[in-house]
Amino acid sequence: MPEAAASAVSDTPAVAGPLREFWQSYAQNRGAIIGVTLVLLLIALALGADFVAPHPPNEQYREFTLTPPMWDEGGSSRFVLGTDPVGRDMLSRLIHGTRLSLVIGFISVAISLVIGVTLGLVAGYFRGLTETVIMRLMDVMLALPSLLLAIAVVAILGPGLANAMYAIAIVLLPHYVRLTRAAVIAEAGKEYVASSKIAGAGTWRLMFNTILPNCTAPLIVQATLGFSSAILDAAALGFLGLGAQPPTPEWGSMLASALEFIQRAPWVVTYPGLAILVTVLAFNLMGDGLRDALDPKLKR
Amino acid sequence: MFTFLLRRVALIVPTFIGVTVLAFALIRLIPGDPVENLSGERGMDPERRLRLLHEFGLDKPLPVQYGEYLGHVLQGDLGTSLTTHEPVLTEFLTLFPATIELAFFAMIFAVGIGLPAGILAALKRNTVADYAVMGVSLTGYSMPIFWWALLLILFFSVQLGWTPVSGRIAVQFDIPTATGFMLIDALRSGDPGAFKSAVSHLILPSIALGTIPLAVIARMTRSSMLEVLREDYVRTARAKGLPHWQVVLVHALRNALIPVITVIGLQVGLLLSGAILTETIFSWPGVGNWLIHGVQSRDYPVVQGGILLIATIVILVNLIVDLLYGVINPRIRHA
Amino acid sequence: MPLLDIEGLTVEFGTEAAPFVAVDRVDLGIEAGEIVGVVGESGSGKSVTALALMGLIDFPGRVTARRMAFAGRDLLQLSERERRALVGKDIAMIFQDPLASLNPCFTVAFQLMETLRVHGNERERGSSKLRRARALELLQQVEIPDAGARLNAYPHQLSGGMAQRVMIAMAIACNPKLLIADEPSTALDVTVQAQILALLTNLQKDRGMALLLITHDLAVVAETAQRVVVMYAGQQVETGPVPGLFEAPRHPYTQALLAALPEHNLERARLTAIAGMVPGQHNRPSGCLLSPRCAYATPRCRAEQPMLEGDAARRVRCFFPLDASGHPTRGWRPDSVPALG
Repeated sequence: MPEAAASAVSDTPAVAGPLREFWQSYAQNRGAIIGVTLVLLLIALALGADFVAPHPPNEQYREFTLTPPMWDEGGSSRFVLGTDPVGRDMLSRLIHGTRLSLVIGFISVAISLVIGVTLGLVAGYFRGLTETVIMRLMDVMLALPSLLLAIAVVAILGPGLANAMYAIAIVLLPHYVRLTRAAVIAEAGKEYVASSKIAGAGTWRLMFNTILPNCTAPLIVQATLGFSSAILDAAALGFLGLGAQPPTPEWGSMLASALEFIQRAPWVVTYPGLAILVTVLAFNLMGDGLRDALDPKLKR
Repeated sequence: MFTFLLRRVALIVPTFIGVTVLAFALIRLIPGDPVENLSGERGMDPERRLRLLHEFGLDKPLPVQYGEYLGHVLQGDLGTSLTTHEPVLTEFLTLFPATIELAFFAMIFAVGIGLPAGILAALKRNTVADYAVMGVSLTGYSMPIFWWALLLILFFSVQLGWTPVSGRIAVQFDIPTATGFMLIDALRSGDPGAFKSAVSHLILPSIALGTIPLAVIARMTRSSMLEVLREDYVRTARAKGLPHWQVVLVHALRNALIPVITVIGLQVGLLLSGAILTETIFSWPGVGNWLIHGVQSRDYPVVQGGILLIATIVILVNLIVDLLYGVINPRIRHA
Repeated sequence: MPLLDIEGLTVEFGTEAAPFVAVDRVDLGIEAGEIVGVVGESGSGKSVTALALMGLIDFPGRVTARRMAFAGRDLLQLSERERRALVGKDIAMIFQDPLASLNPCFTVAFQLMETLRVHGNERERGSSKLRRARALELLQQVEIPDAGARLNAYPHQLSGGMAQRVMIAMAIACNPKLLIADEPSTALDVTVQAQILALLTNLQKDRGMALLLITHDLAVVAETAQRVVVMYAGQQVETGPVPGLFEAPRHPYTQALLAALPEHNLERARLTAIAGMVPGQHNRPSGCLLSPRCAYATPRCRAEQPMLEGDAARRVRCFFPLDASGHPTRGWRPDSVPALG
C-alpha cells in the first residue's frame, strides 16, 4: 500500500527531524562547516596531546635553543616548528596549549553558564526587587570593557591560570543572565507555562524543566561565542603576565616570554599567535553558523 | 526630546554608583591587609598601622567608609599613587590625551575602512568582493591584537623599516607639552620633522587597535545596509530617477547608519580595553599602560582609580551615543 | 501613436536554466490621457510589469520585450542616464504602502524638493527657495490640510492617507505624462481609499496625464478606468473596454473575479471565491495556467497553452471564450470535463 509506505517513511524523520533539519540548515554555510571541522580537530588534538606531541611540553633541550622551524635554514625535522629560547619544542608546547586553551574556554563558559542561567531564571521568574538588583549589577559589569573587568578581577584574586578563568567567567556572566532573563519573561507568558503551573509543577521544576529548554538555542550560540572570547581574553591575560604563569604552555604567556627574541627568532612569536587566531576563528565561525541555523529570525 | 534626554541621563546614575561600589569593594576584597595594600608598606609596626587605619578611615563601619569614598571621588580625590606619590587623577589626566589620540586615530582607521567595506560588501552581495570583506573582517574580529601588533612591527618596522617600533615621537624631538596631544604639540612646535615623526609613531598602534572595531563595523554596516536596501523607500528613491550613488549614499546609508552608530559607540569601550594591550606593546605612554603597571606593581590606588575613571568614561560615551541615536533617528527624536 | 506601447514584455527571475517567468509576453498600450486598469490577484505579475516599465528590475531579474516605447522613445535603448532623466519626471509611480515608501529619515519637504532638484526646470534646480515654494504648492494640490506645517513633518508623523498624498505630490511634481499607481489605496482605511482614488482621477483629468491603475479590486477599475487588462500568473488573460468587459466577460477568470464582487452576488447572496491560488515558481501547470482552478477546464486546457486572441479592442486567452450568456463557446463539451476535486 502506498499510503502505509508513505506513513512509514514519514515516521522516521519525525524523530530525527529537528536535528536533521538543523544540520541541513547548518551545512549550507561553508564557513560553519570549516568552523566545526576545525573545532573537532582541535578537540582531538587536545585529547590526544600526550600521544600526538613529539616531545614533552616542558622538556628543555639546552643544546637546541632557538632552533628554527624545519623548513628554515638550520632547522631540523626533530623540532618541526623549532624551539623556544630554552630549547623546548614549539610544536609540542602548542599542542599542549590547545588542551589548555580549550579547558580554559570550557571551564570559564561552564561556570559562567551555570551561574548566569540561574541568575537569569531567578531575575526573570521572580521579577521585582530581585530582578532590579541582578540586572543593575549586570549593567555595571557591562559598562566595563571585558578585558578591563578581567584585569580588575585578577587584581583582586591575584595572577594565575585559575584566577584568570574565574575572571573570564565573571566577564561572560552578563550575557547569559540577560539572555536567560529575556527568554524567561517571553516564555513565562505563554500557554504551556500556565498549564504546567495549573498541573501543579513546582517553581524550580517549572523553571528548569519547562522554561529553560525553550531558551537553549540562543544560549548555545552565546556559549559557543563565549568560548572564543574566553580563549582570547585568557591569552591576553597570559600575555600581560596576569594569567597562566611560565612554564605553563599557554599560548599568550608563551608569546610574552619570547618577546625579546622576536627579531632573532620570529617563530617563537608567530606560531602561538597563529594558534590563538585559528582557534578563536574556528569558534566564531561555528557560533555564527549555529546562530544562523538555530535562529530562523536572524536568517535571511 | 527633552524628556528622552532627561530619562537617559537619569539612567546612568545607578550605573555610576554601581561602578563606585565595585571600585570601593576592590581594595576590600583583595586578600591581605587593606592598610598595607593602600599604603604599599609591608610589615609595619602596630602603632603606625593604627594611625594609617584611622587616616584611611578604615576603622569606620563599611557604609560610612563608602560614603566617605564617594565624597572623595565626587571631589576628584582618587587617592595617591604608591609608586609616584602623585594624585591618581593628575596622573590619569596627564596620560589620558595619549590614549585619546591613539583611540581617535584607531577609530578613524576603523570607520574609514570598515564603513566603505561594509557598504561595498552589501552592494556586491555574494560576489568575491563580499566574501573577501566578510572573510577579512571575521579574521580581524578573531585577532589577538597583541599578536597582530607584533606582526605589524615585525613586518613594517623590522622588515621594511618604515615605521618606528615604539613610543609617541623620536627622542631627538623635545616637544614642549601643551595639550598632551602629540600631533597638536608637534604641530605647534613648528618643526615639520617632529610632526612627521609623531604621525609615523601613530600609524601602527592605530592599525593594531582599530582592527577589531573595523571588523565589527564592516559586518554591522553590511547587514544593516542589506536590510535597508530592501526597503520600499529605496525603491521610491530609485523611482524618482535619482542616480545610483544618491540612492545608496543618501537614502539607504542614512537609515543604515542608525544601528551602525550604536555599534561604533559600543566600540569605544573595546578601544579602551584594547588600548591596554596596544599601549603595552608599543610602549605608548597612555592610561592602559599605566593601569597594567599599576596591577603588576600592586599600586592599588592606581588600579582602583583607573578602573573607576575608565568605566565612567565608557558610561559617558554610551550616553552620548544614545543621545546621538536620538538625533539621527527622527522617530525617537519626535517620540 | 500611443503614449506607451509595449509588446511582448517578459520578466524572468532565477537562473537561465530554470527561469521563473514573472511576466510573460505582455502587450500594453496606453493613449495619452487615458486610464487603464490592470487587475489580478497577488502574484499575477502586475506590479512586476510596472517595475519593469520603470526600469527597476534588478539583477538577477531579466527584462526583454519586442517593443517598449514611451512617447516615441525606445525604452530598451535608453542609456542609464537617459532612463533616470525620464523616470520620476515623465513616468512617475506611487506604491502600495505609502508610509514605508517615504524615507523615515527625511522630512516631507526634503523628499519633495529632491524630485524637483533632479527633474525640475532650470530655475527650480537652481533655487532651493523656489523648490520649497513649489513643494508647498504641490502639497496644497493634493489637498493636504495645513500644508505649510506638513512640509517639515517626518513620515512617521503622517497618517497613511496623508503619506499617500505626499507620494502623489512627489509623483506629479514634474507633470508626468504617465502615472503608475500600484495598489494606491489597498493599504489605507476604507474611507480614505475613496478619497485617494478621487484625488487621483481628478488630477488625471485636470492634467490630462495617463494613469495606469494597478489593483486587485475590479470595482475600483470599473469606476475609474476606460480600458482594463486582466492578468493571471504573469500572463494577460483578457483585455477590453471597461463597460464591455464587465458586462460580458469572455475569460473564465474574469468571470470568476466579477462573480467575487459583492454587488454581482446580490441575487445569489453568496460570495463565490475562486478556489486555490496563483501558481508559483514550482507548480506551474503545463497547459493553460488557470486550468487547475477553472470550472470549465477540459483535457485540452490541461495539455496546451492558449494564445491571446482577438482584435485590439478585445482580446482573450482561452480555447473556449465565454459567450454573452456567460457559457463557454466553440465546441466546449461539458462531458469532456473530468470531475475536479
